[in-house]
Amino acid sequence: MTQTIVIAEMNNNAVHPSTAELVTAAMAIGDAPTVIVPCTDASVANGAANMGAGTVIAAKSGAFTHYDAGGWAEALDAVAPPGTVITGASPQSKDLAARIAARRNLAVIQDAVAIDGNSITSPVYSGKAMQTVSISGPAVVSVRSNVFAASSGGATEASVIDTDGNVATSVAEFMARASERLDVGEANIVISGGRGMGSPDNFVHLESIADTLGAAVGASRAAVDTWEAIPHAMQVGQTGKTVNPSLYIAVGISGAIQHLAGMRSSKYIVAINKDADAPIFQHADYGIVATWEEALPVLHTALKSMLD
Amino acid sequence: MPNIVVLVKQVPDTNAKIAVSGNRVDLSAVKMVMSPYDEFAVETALQHREASGGEVTALTVGGAGCDKILKDAKAIGVDRIVRVDAEGEMDSNALQTVLAKAVTELGAEVVYCGKAAADTGAGSTGPGLAERMGWASVSNAIGASFDGGLSVIAPSGAGNAKLNVPLPAVVSCDKGDFKVRKPNVKGIMQAKKASVDVHSIDAPASSVTVTSHSLPPAKPAGKTFDGGAAAAEVAQLLRDEANVL
Repeated sequence: MTQTIVIAEMNNNAVHPSTAELVTAAMAIGDAPTVIVPCTDASVANGAANMGAGTVIAAKSGAFTHYDAGGWAEALDAVAPPGTVITGASPQSKDLAARIAARRNLAVIQDAVAIDGNSITSPVYSGKAMQTVSISGPAVVSVRSNVFAASSGGATEASVIDTDGNVATSVAEFMARASERLDVGEANIVISGGRGMGSPDNFVHLESIADTLGAAVGASRAAVDTWEAIPHAMQVGQTGKTVNPSLYIAVGISGAIQHLAGMRSSKYIVAINKDADAPIFQHADYGIVATWEEALPVLHTALKSMLD
Repeated sequence: MPNIVVLVKQVPDTNAKIAVSGNRVDLSAVKMVMSPYDEFAVETALQHREASGGEVTALTVGGAGCDKILKDAKAIGVDRIVRVDAEGEMDSNALQTVLAKAVTELGAEVVYCGKAAADTGAGSTGPGLAERMGWASVSNAIGASFDGGLSVIAPSGAGNAKLNVPLPAVVSCDKGDFKVRKPNVKGIMQAKKASVDVHSIDAPASSVTVTSHSLPPAKPAGKTFDGGAAAAEVAQLLRDEANVL
């Protein structure tokens, strides 16, 4: 069997639960993986216990203080045994996957959504098509979240290995995000508005529903291009962010190919649009043909009474 | 004065429908354009030249059909246009090896590229090239400044960070604050006359081969309701049927 290595997905210096999904993905390629946790404090690696790993290694280094692709790749490469390396598919993890692959002269395959031995499938053309490739020998594979089931059991303790990497970049300053709101790329529920919202001021109605749901607020490209008040950071679609939430609510969005490309893999899609012929309805699990003015207050009241 | 290289790639127009015929995508009817994120990379490269002097070279890998996007880059204002002649599919390892040789031949000190090509969406080329060169890299930059050395703004944790980037380096560019300039008449005329410098570089064998393309699985037809009052029922279904609340 192929030896596999999982680089733990990190969030705020903690092992992200999606790491257990990466273990499942690794086992579709080969043996129970060695999970490597990049950390400055080895106790963090306990977060990878009971995720189905063969072994867990706390890779401890000052190089992991802030993210630097080159320094991280060097420090992780020094610790990782040979084999196929699995990472998450967050922007940072894809970046790291590419550097580790290049460091080992391996090919990298990004955004895997299905793995069957040496056969790996990823979306291409922003999800307008799927591509299956076959790999010969070890490779580096980044795996989308919310696709594989979480693994459990396995190693319960981490062994600590000190490592180091040359961190070239330095942080001049950390800047808070312009908005305090949850990022669309990270949220489990996203509610997005399009030009059908009529005015950027009306996004406040999406925000109040988002607050009830713990959701992020997104926007279509048309909305971002039309209204300066709607920043590009909110844009979902081919030239914006690709999102993969459990629930995506599209309000006043017609469903241009460009937009669908960024959200079609959402688990459930709700569309609210006054035009019954809008293409978004072909992709919606639940479609409501109505203006947002009619539908949103009803939706908000129903959600509040359900969740409060 | 830095020698600046910007990587550009020809991809299908992002508004195009993608068809699959046999088990391969069929792009014969699709208009090909410069990958949208590469436009931000070209803009950043030009701003870098304006701040520090030097020369900008646009570099692509592909057949003669890719000369059009090089000419587009020329029309916007790059100084030189270079294509590494290649046909067929290359995996990331083969492509980055070729690019590393080309970037070395061009004597680049800084390379800009889009955060990902619109076709693969992978985003591997920038960081992979940097690793092969032994350079620093920052991906997904949404802003850059050039006073007193290169610094870029890129996502970090829950916000953004301004990072000092020592050269040589590769920076991949997201949309962010970059406003892309349009070609002027003079640029378009110069681009028409410009010749593409064609290089030939051997690529190593690929260990990844594409076996098939398919359309994404169609979703089963959903439920559609008329009128805003149905939103209450949809909320119930989200909890009881979809189980997502």
